[in-house]
Amino acid sequence: MSQAVTPYLEMSQAIMEAGGEALKKCYQCGTCTGTCPWTPITHFNIRKLVRYGQLGLDGIEEFMWGCSTCKFCVDRCPRGVEIIDVVTAIRNVYSGGGMLPQSLRSFVGSMSARGNPWSGDQAKRNDWAKEKYPLYSADKEYLFWTCCTVCYDPRNVRLAKATAEILNQSGLSWGLPSVDVNCCGESLKKVGDLELFERLKSNNLDCFKSQGVAKIITVSPHCLSSFKKDYGEDYEILHFAELIAKLMKEGKLTPKKDFGGVKVTYHDPCYLGRHSGVYDAPRDVLKAIPGLDFVEMERSREQSMCCGGGGGGLWMEKMKGERLSDLRIEEALATGAKILATSCPYCITMFEDSVRTLNADDQIQIKDVTELVLESLEINIDEPVADTCAL
Amino acid sequence: MSRIGVFVCHCGLNIAKTVRVSELAEFAATLPDVVVAKDYKFMCSTPGQEMIVNDIKQHKLDRIIVTACSPLMHEQTFRKVLTASGLNQYLLTIVNIREQVSWVTHDIEEGTAKAKALLNGAVYRSRLLVPLTSRVIDVNPNVMVVGGGIAGIQAALELANTGKKVYLVEKNSTIGGHMAQFDKTFPTLDCSACILTPKMDAVLQHKNITMMTSCEVSEVKGFVGNFDITVRQKARYVDHSKCNACLACTEKCPGKGISEWDESLVKRKAIYIPFPQAVPQKPIIDKESCTFFKKGKCRLCEKACEQKAIDFEQQDTFVQVKVGAVILATGFDLMDTKPLVQYGYGKYPGVYNALEVERLFNSAGPTGGKVTLRDGSEPKSIAILHCIGSRDKNNHEHCSRVCCMYSLKFAHLFKEKTSADVYHFYIDMRAAGKGYEEFYNRIIEEDVKFIRGKGARVAQSADEPGRLVVEAEDTITGKFIKLPVDMVVLSPAIVPRADARDIARLFNLSTDKQGFFMERHPKLAPLSTMSEGIFIAGVCQSPKDIPDTVAQAYGAAAEALTIVVRDKMELEATTAMVNPASCCGCQNCVRVCPYGAPSYNAEKKVSEINEALCKGCGLCASVCPSSAIIARHFTNDQVLAEMEGLMEF
Repeated sequence: MSQAVTPYLEMSQAIMEAGGEALKKCYQCGTCTGTCPWTPITHFNIRKLVRYGQLGLDGIEEFMWGCSTCKFCVDRCPRGVEIIDVVTAIRNVYSGGGMLPQSLRSFVGSMSARGNPWSGDQAKRNDWAKEKYPLYSADKEYLFWTCCTVCYDPRNVRLAKATAEILNQSGLSWGLPSVDVNCCGESLKKVGDLELFERLKSNNLDCFKSQGVAKIITVSPHCLSSFKKDYGEDYEILHFAELIAKLMKEGKLTPKKDFGGVKVTYHDPCYLGRHSGVYDAPRDVLKAIPGLDFVEMERSREQSMCCGGGGGGLWMEKMKGERLSDLRIEEALATGAKILATSCPYCITMFEDSVRTLNADDQIQIKDVTELVLESLEINIDEPVADTCAL
Repeated sequence: MSRIGVFVCHCGLNIAKTVRVSELAEFAATLPDVVVAKDYKFMCSTPGQEMIVNDIKQHKLDRIIVTACSPLMHEQTFRKVLTASGLNQYLLTIVNIREQVSWVTHDIEEGTAKAKALLNGAVYRSRLLVPLTSRVIDVNPNVMVVGGGIAGIQAALELANTGKKVYLVEKNSTIGGHMAQFDKTFPTLDCSACILTPKMDAVLQHKNITMMTSCEVSEVKGFVGNFDITVRQKARYVDHSKCNACLACTEKCPGKGISEWDESLVKRKAIYIPFPQAVPQKPIIDKESCTFFKKGKCRLCEKACEQKAIDFEQQDTFVQVKVGAVILATGFDLMDTKPLVQYGYGKYPGVYNALEVERLFNSAGPTGGKVTLRDGSEPKSIAILHCIGSRDKNNHEHCSRVCCMYSLKFAHLFKEKTSADVYHFYIDMRAAGKGYEEFYNRIIEEDVKFIRGKGARVAQSADEPGRLVVEAEDTITGKFIKLPVDMVVLSPAIVPRADARDIARLFNLSTDKQGFFMERHPKLAPLSTMSEGIFIAGVCQSPKDIPDTVAQAYGAAAEALTIVVRDKMELEATTAMVNPASCCGCQNCVRVCPYGAPSYNAEKKVSEINEALCKGCGLCASVCPSSAIIARHFTNDQVLAEMEGLMEF
């Protein structure tokens, strides 16, 4: 059989038209591959993906799912190629016609049918709140945008509750979205389903407009990034870690409980760090909590590692030895930290999985920054709490 | 009633492709006072010029309009045509329908319409033009060269050899520049000092060169042919007229400063000469590291000096220099790679930049020419990383041009001086130059390993403490490489001098996107600038190797000579003048003029303009509230008429 290949420029053109215009700028220096956290542990080669895209070569579909959109390569690329846009466009062009991996089919199917990735009943989106917290209305200042993952995933519901309690404690006027909203669609877009993403986005925007939303708090950096970069509307959007840092600085939240010198390290979620440029706020919060001994991992801030959960990774199966979250847990353990803090429900899910499979759950705890703040405020969400809501 | 001839050039298809030239000529013929209108394929050609000459005679034309390329290209050509036909050269109008019309549109309708509008305006203005007489000024025969690197040295020597007096201004205490830091030069591997020091010495000995070291230009006044430049002579604290260069002072000095010459790799004395072949061979005191200046006592150098040359009281002084032309050869800086944290420069002792490595190779350098790491050991494995901060949109987009070649030179010298394995991490190998490809082949045969992929990260080795690991993709195999090495050499971007913008401002130059000095034309006037009489040579214009730098230095010297070889020169007549009867004395003109041409006569209570300084930019005329300032060739009437013509469309 002939080994010769012929460039198929119509395909390359289709990728560019789907938003991957930047691929023509690439000069194949390999900085992306050299920077990519997947390179040392998998066969995924991001440079090659771009090269196949430039020439429209067959076989691209076999390795287009390796990227978790951590943005490390984009920041380092000497040509300024928006590599994530290229990846998204390639997935968009090729994922039609049954090319979607099995694990992503249920993800996309649930998004399409139920508006969330967790096959949750849309009417039960706010069930976690047990009607304790107010719904958003135009007279309130902040919309607390609850990510689907904190609404439906039992582990991450704690983030939703913690956030709600801290918001009450701080005396701000806020409310939850009605059950009419759906997923922000960030991961769906990265998986390449641009059409469905547009549908979800426009439904959310309709809800925001009809309720007069102006300020949004997100607990997931993925929603944050999506609203900021993909929704194209002028809302004031804050990640909750930023708001907590601000409230602490203004004296409106004062952590009380002393943790007694327990060592904590912090993992920068890609979508809060590199994608949104928020590095200091979560660190400021951790450092303000009494008795937390804060240590950095070797790779932090702009050079942070990825957990592997972005770009649809959360819904894809990875073999042992090919999981970034496992490596990150090992890095965290090497610092001697007893708590690995982060501020993203995807990272929480990935790390909780890893500590279990690595049998490290007795050595290190995975906590969201909001959970630690809640604990330091001495509010217990595991017991019935007094209704402090201002309704 | 004037008699105007309009000549429309096709410029081959350059203009004719997007402007209907014959239609433009037909249109011109309908305009007031236009007696003849023609189009022609190449108006600048000899037949084109002859056509204009004949029509001037035949139709008794007294105004000529040429619609063609930018006046920067052919204004002089057509002015000569007018002069040869007995017309005053200022009765020519050029309408730029190439750079401003045909080259900036694909639409022939739009192109033709815009050309018509511009031509209409030009006809209206042309009718009001008056003959002007050029000014003739005396030319100062001397030249200043700023920067004492190889470019400045070569330019100074060339000019001095023609008998012209040259002032060579160097901010360091010695001339020589970066080339004096190198050990070998590519591709011939000749010893840098061996070919440079004879030239440095020739500068020192030359009767026509005044070498001004530890000097900086602080003010520039005047104009082409007559620059008046203030030079700050920085205090050396050593009277060089008394010093006999015995260097007894440096032996006694207890002070320790960082050797700038050795790229901070070692310490030097507080009273010092930077390197053994420095010119002049006379020391200066570095105030920052001098014990006396820091603590108020010491003076050991003063005691050691039999010539009584030490002078702690010395102050900066200012020297006035008058010259006819200036050559800037201010060189480059190496990019600071510390902010590129992924490469670990400044964090890991095993990571070096290119200039540091040049000093390691040099027998007069910090290690006496031995390649040893900071801990004194010899590296066994070395990685050279190309394109660090160059060809990089996050840092400097340009290619620094010499890094491929000097990196190959490094590989050769590493092989010669150590038994190390040497690896290159590169994107593209750029070896375009005489003997360069051959040099690349030679290095390949020396068994240097080439990895085609940009170095992505330098980290500390987890397995072997003290060693480094270079991470990169070998894009040829698609494999991720983790290479343990003892030494990493970064080949960083070559960038403009930190003070290049200040120099540009002093001499009224533009800088390009990267901050290098902008040439007048990238191909046809690469050594001239938009400031008449100011020329540039070497890396201050853009990164280049020594052969190109030297060639530019010769060229800049020739350019400067074309000015100072003349006793007198003609200047444009298009200057501004003040009508004292209507001047209200507001001094707006004094405030806006970038050349300092207007001044206020307090006695007469009016502004006056020094025509020798005026460049005819018209700023003063535009801010004059009483229309007392007349910008010759661009009078209010002429400009308003042109605008009227434009606005009819």
